[in-house]
Amino acid sequence: MGPENKKGSLKTDRVTIRFAGDSGDGIQLTGERFTTTSAIMGQEVATITDFPAEIRAPAGSPGGVSGFQLTFGSTDVYTAGDSLDALFVMNPAALKVNLTRLKEHGVLVVNTDGFGQKNLEKAGYQVNPLDDGSLDRFKIYKVNISTLTKNAVAELSLSGKEAERCKNFFALGISYWLYERDLDSTIKWLDAKFAKKPEIAQANKLALRGGYNFAAATEMFPTSYHVDSAQKWAPGVYRYVTGNKAMALGLVAAAKKADLPLYLASYPITPATEILQELSSLKHFGVTTFQAEDEIAAIGAAIGAAFGGSLAATSTSGPGFALKSEALNLAVITELPLIVIDVQRSGPSTGMPTKSEQSDLLQALWGRNGESPLVVLAAQSPADCFDVAVEACRIAVSHMTPVVILSDSYLSSGSQVFKVPNYKELADIKPGLVLDTLENFNAYQRDPETLVRPWIVPGTTGGTHRIGGLEKQIVTGHVSFEAENHHKMVSIRAEKVARIAKELPPLKVYGDKKGELLVIGWGSTYGTLRRVVEGLHRRGFPVGFVHLRHLNPLPNDLKSIMDAYPKILVPENNLGQLAIRLGEIAERPLEKYNRVTGTPFREDEIEKKILELFGRSL
Amino acid sequence: MSEPLSRKDFLSDQEPKWCPGCGCFPILKAVSSTMADLGIPREKQAVVSGIGCSSRFPYYMNTFGFHTIHGRAPTIAMGLKMSRPDMNVWVVSGDGDALSIGGNHFIHMMRRNPDINFLLFNNEIYGLTKGQASPTSNVGTVTKTTPLGSFDQPMRPVTLALATGATFVARVLDSDLKGMQEVFTAATQHKGIAMVEIYFNCVTFADGVFDPFSNKKSRAENTVDLVAGKPLIFGVDRKKGLRLKGLKLEIVNVDEVSESELLVHRPEEVDSTQAYLLSQLRFPQMPLPLGIFRQIKAPTYGEMVDRQREEAKKRYGEGDIEKLLKGSDSWVVE
Repeated sequence: MGPENKKGSLKTDRVTIRFAGDSGDGIQLTGERFTTTSAIMGQEVATITDFPAEIRAPAGSPGGVSGFQLTFGSTDVYTAGDSLDALFVMNPAALKVNLTRLKEHGVLVVNTDGFGQKNLEKAGYQVNPLDDGSLDRFKIYKVNISTLTKNAVAELSLSGKEAERCKNFFALGISYWLYERDLDSTIKWLDAKFAKKPEIAQANKLALRGGYNFAAATEMFPTSYHVDSAQKWAPGVYRYVTGNKAMALGLVAAAKKADLPLYLASYPITPATEILQELSSLKHFGVTTFQAEDEIAAIGAAIGAAFGGSLAATSTSGPGFALKSEALNLAVITELPLIVIDVQRSGPSTGMPTKSEQSDLLQALWGRNGESPLVVLAAQSPADCFDVAVEACRIAVSHMTPVVILSDSYLSSGSQVFKVPNYKELADIKPGLVLDTLENFNAYQRDPETLVRPWIVPGTTGGTHRIGGLEKQIVTGHVSFEAENHHKMVSIRAEKVARIAKELPPLKVYGDKKGELLVIGWGSTYGTLRRVVEGLHRRGFPVGFVHLRHLNPLPNDLKSIMDAYPKILVPENNLGQLAIRLGEIAERPLEKYNRVTGTPFREDEIEKKILELFGRSL
Repeated sequence: MSEPLSRKDFLSDQEPKWCPGCGCFPILKAVSSTMADLGIPREKQAVVSGIGCSSRFPYYMNTFGFHTIHGRAPTIAMGLKMSRPDMNVWVVSGDGDALSIGGNHFIHMMRRNPDINFLLFNNEIYGLTKGQASPTSNVGTVTKTTPLGSFDQPMRPVTLALATGATFVARVLDSDLKGMQEVFTAATQHKGIAMVEIYFNCVTFADGVFDPFSNKKSRAENTVDLVAGKPLIFGVDRKKGLRLKGLKLEIVNVDEVSESELLVHRPEEVDSTQAYLLSQLRFPQMPLPLGIFRQIKAPTYGEMVDRQREEAKKRYGEGDIEKLLKGSDSWVVE
């Protein structure tokens, strides 16, 4: 279906838009539909969402505003974007919270029906901003969306409330006209989603078409915008996923590849809960989930399942990760395979539960008693959560070690186009040391190369043995408090994890391979940092970028890459945690850029910091 | 056919490191004897413990064993049992381990009804840390942390287990080898959680706290054996009985009342009111009940997990990984 009655169509490469309204307005759903439609139309997409920390903040208050932002384009879409080309708001609070993000002359679509006196007061407006000229620097479109939605669905016998609830699809319809989106996939989705409630499906379809036709018929906008499909899409199957969804899928795929039952024990915690929810719905895949009584019980059960021969995982966020520390050390000393997913959020303490941060790195590396080496990986994008989960399972099973995966709030709910991997082509996951015979076996005998001990699961005839949290005698695994033995065991555990670095693929350097400045990042800042560095490199700046997935052990080639640049910049959404880690190998001071706002970096702030460094050094 | 197993087959080559005379020794004997009698192979047995003197237990058993961390044994046992329903899982925990640091896990393990034997070694003292009051220490107990006597009300694990709906709840004495074996056997045969409180003597820090019950001379007078279907009678010459008066139990002379007035022990009753009343009996005013307080049939946690998995397969079919990865909203680029 093509746009009708339009005056013209402008071509553009990339667009960033945001839908915002009360948390009950269906904003997330609206954003998701726009995203899927764009992805199906062959564009690159990245999203970010924010929703209130409170389940039901007072309607109409700034605290209750829910937002969904996405960037779609034909090329280089790595992030959900900084500033908005268009903003759709349902009420004054949504306007107030989001207006600073809108570009000068950006499109502002306002539901005037939401701008009654009460809502204005709740948002803290003395005067209606729609009337006082304060929005003149934007292209403002005032639409009585609620009223028009009711008219659009009038033929159905819905209550006033039910009819008004469709207003998000009316707004979506307007946005579809403005950006030349196809309606088909959304209509199909509505039919499937509300198969058992055809009247609701019909109402939303009428609202969607109503909004679309309204924009067309009233010649509301001077022009629509056309974005070409992305050029570089390889043939294959695509979908879009959030980070938490991708993480769950990765665990299921890895377990199948390892031919092990998947066991997840977790305690609900924002923003990690969806991983538990997702896997709880996959019982027919042989997945076992356990909603434990607390965070400690969750990791305890996962350790028990790992002892029992399952591919065991637990998912949490920073505060829960802190609670799991002692038990995680039990997995370290017993050398059991275990996946711990920390979807980081703003701390310390309860902090800002729905806001993002990458501030648990040092907790993951060093936040436990004793010498406690384990593997730490970080995901770089929502879709990458799949690959990281598979990689974590591979390392855990083949090296008999706990692996911590660091994701974050931004990745967990952000969605991205995901090229569905060919399951058959994923590598099998194999245990590190399989004994030919159990005759005279020892629970802590090791593979001479990898130092991996055997995984002999309960039920194995002739395999009875005891493990535990007390120090082990080298080889036999019996309890030992002997001095030299302890030093050896501490060293072996450290060396076992360190040797995993030998298997890591070479690091990829983006931008200048041997320049003046190397930017090093980890986690969810990947998209922003890569885009900025590649942009500056194209403009002639001698700047390169390396992104770390493996935080422990660090890749062996990192040192030589670092040595190729006189200056190193480490930007992080914390006060310099990776910089501390890299200080061990850098042998010189590192430049840092640290901002901890609960939101991802903006491209312009990173660019400014890099230019500053060149200003001083060039 | 392999040889029948003896008790020794279930003991490891490690020498137990408990104080001479510790109540853990007879319990080790009773557990290993029970295993041998039941004939469940070693490799199908797993013992999971927390931290404390008693929690060294797994090292001395030639079974699978996991000596975990303080208070958390139930969590690890839960994961193991869910992962390996074929294993016969035993939790070994102390009064501090199970009721203080691990109190939360204790109640949740009880209410979920996994098919696990929970041995609660209760010596009313912290032994491994060398003598501090525990959650079961009686009011007035003088220890290094309570030099003027403890004033925390002691916790009653049998009462607590009953409150969570535990399907098998019992109490035994370390001095009663036969009693332990009977109860451990019943616990193993019970489908579901079996919580057995074992009064065991700490020779070093709380020696003799259970003497009124374990001493052969006073036991008959101070304890009442719980026998299913039988009236509750005790005393040296078995002349004392328990009778319900209002909402309380009272001691009566069996010669002065008709037998029908005596309370008959009914551990199989789903309503746990009577078991609760028995769990509340306070020595020395009343005798200490020993044996099985409650033993009812209910679906186990593992059965529920299996049932839901089958239900999911019935509803959605056997999971297809390729379909799952593609999702319902995917599109193809040629």
